[in-house]
Amino acid sequence: MSLVQGARRRSPWILHFDTGSCNGCDLEVWALLTPRYDVERFGAVNKANPKHADILLITGPVTKKCEDRLRNLYEQTSGPKLVVACGDCASTGAPFHNCYNVCGGVDKVIPVDVYVPGCAARPEALIDGLVLALSLWEKRMEEEG
Amino acid sequence: MTSLARATVIPFGPQHAAFLEPLNVRLVLEEEKVVGAELNQGYNHRGMEYALSLDYKKSQYLCERVCGICSYHHSSCYCQGLEALYGVEVPMRARLIRTIMMECQRLTSHLLALGHIAEAVGYENLFMQCFRERELIMTLVNRLSGNRVHYSMNVIGGVKRDIGPEQVKDVEVTMKEVRPRLEELQRVFRRDSTLGKRTHGVGRFPRPAAEGWGTVGPVSRASGIPRDIRQDGFAAYSEVRFTPIVREEADVYARMMVRMDECLQSVDIIEECLPLLPDGPAAVQVKGHPTGEAFSRVEAPRGELMYYIRAKGALELDRIKLRTPALMNVPALLAMLPGCQLADVPGIVVSVDPCICCTDR
Repeated sequence: MSLVQGARRRSPWILHFDTGSCNGCDLEVWALLTPRYDVERFGAVNKANPKHADILLITGPVTKKCEDRLRNLYEQTSGPKLVVACGDCASTGAPFHNCYNVCGGVDKVIPVDVYVPGCAARPEALIDGLVLALSLWEKRMEEEG
Repeated sequence: MTSLARATVIPFGPQHAAFLEPLNVRLVLEEEKVVGAELNQGYNHRGMEYALSLDYKKSQYLCERVCGICSYHHSSCYCQGLEALYGVEVPMRARLIRTIMMECQRLTSHLLALGHIAEAVGYENLFMQCFRERELIMTLVNRLSGNRVHYSMNVIGGVKRDIGPEQVKDVEVTMKEVRPRLEELQRVFRRDSTLGKRTHGVGRFPRPAAEGWGTVGPVSRASGIPRDIRQDGFAAYSEVRFTPIVREEADVYARMMVRMDECLQSVDIIEECLPLLPDGPAAVQVKGHPTGEAFSRVEAPRGELMYYIRAKGALELDRIKLRTPALMNVPALLAMLPGCQLADVPGIVVSVDPCICCTDR
């Protein structure tokens, strides 16, 4: 394992973006960052800058106005990167299926690695998803060398 | 003295550390001073009114998904409107349970807003403290309703989940535990000198402006307008003693303190409601499809929330229109921002508690 990889493993930084969510999952993502659930124990810190981020936490069905921004953010994030779709809306677009301004789930716009179910996704489920994402991320780092 | 610097334009959002949600503010700066602002909204527009009008029965759950912070207020407002169409009298027990749950949600919402303000001015520790106390309420509503965010407790005609005697005890114990913690938070918010320096006199929004921009809720109450829909006595607010909390300073500090004092007021209201809970059913049955039109109003954490419903005696609704409080408060930023320093922009924006999912729907 290289020095960079070792350093990276301990600091999977998060970028949270709301693409049209009802705020329910956003609140739970914020609950993750605060004392009770505290994902900082895995080294995860919320960074608003896509260039610094490793894991994208996306909430909400993708609205047509957010579509380009989401693609932009994804392209700006440096690899290896992972996308976690938080909640039912981000996973499938439900319950906003067939709404005129909604593209559907996040996977309609960018590739998604982990889907976390729930409306709103519970913090425990989100931690579970994040830990799964971390193991995938480490595997991907090793593949990339 | 004229400024030598050219005006620069800075986009603020839609993805920004200070915001939970996508809102774009285009700031025009002269050196560090904001001279103009422009709002760009609509990132969260999902077509909620269309979705809600498809099936009025499913909409009692879908309307909670308009906003996750004030979800119970949305469903209460919607159910109130349809109850008016059916002409049914909701049992007192259901009205009191709605009041208790609405105040619990107000607590979580205000603590979120307060933590958000603390974070925006750079007081990370206080942000964490607010969220720590907020978790107490979140776990309480989880025990009462089975959910943390969307309670799904309302049905047309009452509530579908009753509160048992041991749960009443649970609420009582939690409120006793929360009160001293909130008082401690209030002491910090009121007296902390660094927080005071970042909030006193910042983002002034005097009463005439507040009236002109039509703001509602804590934003207008912080500008000295004693307007609160809870005075009208919807749900069970007619049963409790209630006077709106009003401040005159009309700055970020006042908006922060109105929310802080309202947190303690919410604890008072919940404690007052608990012994009033009568025995009896928690819901009445309604039959057939509704017809006619109705207005319904509740006081959501951010201010007056209004639903207009027109039904045509079928599963679909003819029209449903929402007027959310954040829709009135967010444009008021255009009056608050010009003249302030760039560093104060996050604090001012967060002080109106912008809820973009409500604004854009």
